[in-house]
Amino acid sequence: MSNAALSQAGLPAGTDAGPGTKLLRAVAGRVVIAVPYLWLLLFFLIPFVIVFKISLSQTAIAMPPYVPVFDLSEGIFGLFASLRELSFENYLWLTEDALYFNAYLSSVMIAGASTFLTLLVGYPIAYGMARAPATLRPILLMLVILPFWTSFLIRVYAWIGILKPEGLLNQFLLAIGVIDQPLIIMNTHTAIFIGIVYSYLPFMVLPLYSALEKMDYSLIEAAQDLGCPPTSAFWKITFPLSLPGVVAGCLLVFIPAVGEFVIPDLLGGSQTLMIGKTLWNEFFANRDWPVSSAVAVILLLLLVVPIVLFQNAQARAQEQGR
Amino acid sequence: MNASLSRFNIVSIVLGFAFLYLPIVLLIIFSFNESRLVTVWGGFSTKWYVAMFQNQGLMDAAWVTARVAFISATVATVLGTMAALALTRYTRFRGRILFSGMVFAPLVMPEVITGLSLLLLFVSMGLDRGFLTVTLAHITFTMCFVAVVVQSRLITFDRSLEEAAMDLGATPVKTFFQVTLPVILPAIISGWMLAFTLSLDDLVIASFTSGPGATTLPMKIYSQVRLGVTPEINAVCTLLIAVVTVGVIAAAVVNKRREVQRQRDEQAAQRG
Amino acid sequence: MQSLGSIRRDFSPWNDPAAKPYIVFDQVTKKFGDFTAVNNLSLSIYEREFFALLGASGCGKSTLLRMLAGFEEPTSGRILLDGQDLRGIPPYRRPVNMMFQSYALFPHMTVEANIAFGLKQEGMESSKIADRVAEMLRLVKLEQFAKRKPHQLSGGQRQRVALARSVAKRPKVLLLDEPLGALDKKLREETQFELMDLQQKLGLTFVVVTHDQEEAMTMADRIAILDKGEVMQVATPAEIYEAPGSRFVANFVGNVNMFEGMVTARDASGVSINSESGIAIRTENAGDAQSGAKVAYAVRPEKIKVSSRPPMDTANNAAEGEIYDIAYLGDMTVYYVRLANGLVVKAASLNSARLTDDPLTWNDRAWISFKPDSGVVLTR
Repeated sequence: MSNAALSQAGLPAGTDAGPGTKLLRAVAGRVVIAVPYLWLLLFFLIPFVIVFKISLSQTAIAMPPYVPVFDLSEGIFGLFASLRELSFENYLWLTEDALYFNAYLSSVMIAGASTFLTLLVGYPIAYGMARAPATLRPILLMLVILPFWTSFLIRVYAWIGILKPEGLLNQFLLAIGVIDQPLIIMNTHTAIFIGIVYSYLPFMVLPLYSALEKMDYSLIEAAQDLGCPPTSAFWKITFPLSLPGVVAGCLLVFIPAVGEFVIPDLLGGSQTLMIGKTLWNEFFANRDWPVSSAVAVILLLLLVVPIVLFQNAQARAQEQGR
Repeated sequence: MNASLSRFNIVSIVLGFAFLYLPIVLLIIFSFNESRLVTVWGGFSTKWYVAMFQNQGLMDAAWVTARVAFISATVATVLGTMAALALTRYTRFRGRILFSGMVFAPLVMPEVITGLSLLLLFVSMGLDRGFLTVTLAHITFTMCFVAVVVQSRLITFDRSLEEAAMDLGATPVKTFFQVTLPVILPAIISGWMLAFTLSLDDLVIASFTSGPGATTLPMKIYSQVRLGVTPEINAVCTLLIAVVTVGVIAAAVVNKRREVQRQRDEQAAQRG
Repeated sequence: MQSLGSIRRDFSPWNDPAAKPYIVFDQVTKKFGDFTAVNNLSLSIYEREFFALLGASGCGKSTLLRMLAGFEEPTSGRILLDGQDLRGIPPYRRPVNMMFQSYALFPHMTVEANIAFGLKQEGMESSKIADRVAEMLRLVKLEQFAKRKPHQLSGGQRQRVALARSVAKRPKVLLLDEPLGALDKKLREETQFELMDLQQKLGLTFVVVTHDQEEAMTMADRIAILDKGEVMQVATPAEIYEAPGSRFVANFVGNVNMFEGMVTARDASGVSINSESGIAIRTENAGDAQSGAKVAYAVRPEKIKVSSRPPMDTANNAAEGEIYDIAYLGDMTVYYVRLANGLVVKAASLNSARLTDDPLTWNDRAWISFKPDSGVVLTR
């Protein structure tokens, strides 16, 4: 944050500012950048470094329950001393126990499958919204966003009453005679799929909608005019042009779904293996901080690629917005 | 796009919204159930609301949550607005890429990771887990949402307004408070509301960073849900939904009214 | 271009009672809710004709075009193409193609792929498609841009891609919605001639929608003037300009001086009009105006002469006034002359010499005069 950089990018130069104004401007610029920057460094970046460090520590029956404890009072020498005690044992442990590998694998698969399902459910909704009369669109948009404002936990909880063997869905299906045995949905993967699709639907619909809404409808007319029937026009024109929205929507669903805890915990039952749940259990039930840190590090590595993709998409959208 | 709705469009919208709203509606209906069984209708009753208000643990948790949400949303709004300004106004400063990464990443970061990493930070800083740590954690993850909301408004902001103000002799600081801030204020307000509800809703990060005496409402709900679904929880949820819905709709109505008023003024002005 | 003019001069199937119209709008009405966009409109267009629909926005011209393309169905009435009723035929099965106002180029496809799009829909062999695309690129002189995406082209280039794409399928009729609307003035003038040339080369029927009268006058064989969903007049550009059928058309196309008045006498050689502005007008182009009828006499500014002395020829209609304003446009000068009763008359004089021998200036007394055959009598 050099002075030169600030003045190049700073507040618009136009008036002949006195030295006081210039100083004020430079200070204001520095504060605006520095405060959130330092905050995020302290509370977002440094914690990851600590997670990484602790993942290399060993479990101990103490508080905090690991050694070596990173102690600032010992200064730089203390740091080196503790570095020597670090080990990759926790990571070895993760590779030895098939539980972790399976948890990672099944997290990715469940998240992938539910992302795809969310796309299938969300696309027609976003498409319908984009085609709705302009006066109706803000209301529909509001209706999609509104559930997002209500608690995630509550929305997942609402499904328990519906999906239970004696729940509302089974009562309804039994009553109309579609089934004569209650369906077992609760505590299966199906329940997790439903939970993820339901909870993350707005994340899928919004980027899709904004991509579809921007699209010039005369492109579809042009395709039809050139002899392309509507269904084929959809696949040749509409879908390819909505791809940025599809990518953004899928990433917004997939990334948090991989590490999801509440949904597999409440809807998936005890047999479901998902990495977010495993991490939670290692931490709260087994009190094994180093292992849960190692789990977190690997989960993060797993998500680096999609997160970077997401950031690039964001940056590109931002550039286009300018 | 601009075409009439086909039958397929209407069906998909209706089914989509039914899917989004039916579970919430059912949850609300069954909060008025006389029967202890959540899924069997036993007549209308408001007794679970009474029970809820008499549940001291629940009320304490609600009070903690409200305070955490208010404080963290307020601080997060200030920090997030600054971050948004930094990202849109200062296109070149050292570490900008890292900065924008740190702003966007928490949006998609799995909560378990954010929660765990913040907890480990607090432990190594020697901070006791409790009210303060939850609040700090919530400020951190909600400020990024505020930043994104405010930033999207700033991108479309007409910079010539500021230039005009300065041309007319306003200092940069005056310009910010008298021109920029009023224009982006709606975005800042919705950023605050978003931060508030995110904090209100959060279970995972709070579970990691909170300690004894600072149990939040979602933590309380979660521990009761694990024991089974009860109408009392339905009542709590209904009340929470009501609060948030009223807030969001009120904000939208105020916004809309201001917009309509402005259009009416403009039309009146044009008629002369 | 010269040869083109002579071909076009001979082309007038609308005067041939034996000629069969190619496109027929038969009592077509189109309503959007309460709004009537097209009102009981009938119109015939002939094969190989360059036909322009001219009108202000909201006059229903685009709706007509969209009904022909198949994007809208008429509320009532029929549209025939080559004798076939088009009702119920979706746009992708109609033998017409459209060039969109926004061009509607597919942004994710190259120029080549855009042009090939319609051909692929027909299931044409890929080698034939390649040949046709190459031919089209040659036609619009974009050979070296084949692999570019639309956003890498200039406005004029995009316009030509849109044109190539819409004629690639050799449609029976090409519909053009404000084809030059997005181009700047200079490019627009060039492109007008390119379009006319292309129409002759391919022998297609063109129906063009425009709000720009100059564009319509330059390009079209015939023009239909539309207002509020109805046809006001269909005629060649020269007829529209020199013999407008109504006050609306006279006002809509070009500049005009309108003298409202009453026919006082009619004889074999024409009529006499007593105009409200005080001048007695004698004219040969009387139409069907009878004695006593309330009429307007319309005369174009360039047919009015301004001079500092009264005209010699007493057969001319003349009046004295004062120069109220002068607009020097380079090629011509427009004088605004205020007559005794306050009516301001526009008179345009061509600046054929660099310096005029009769310099008139502001507030000078001046005479306006025009010949008995300079204007037309309008009863509607």
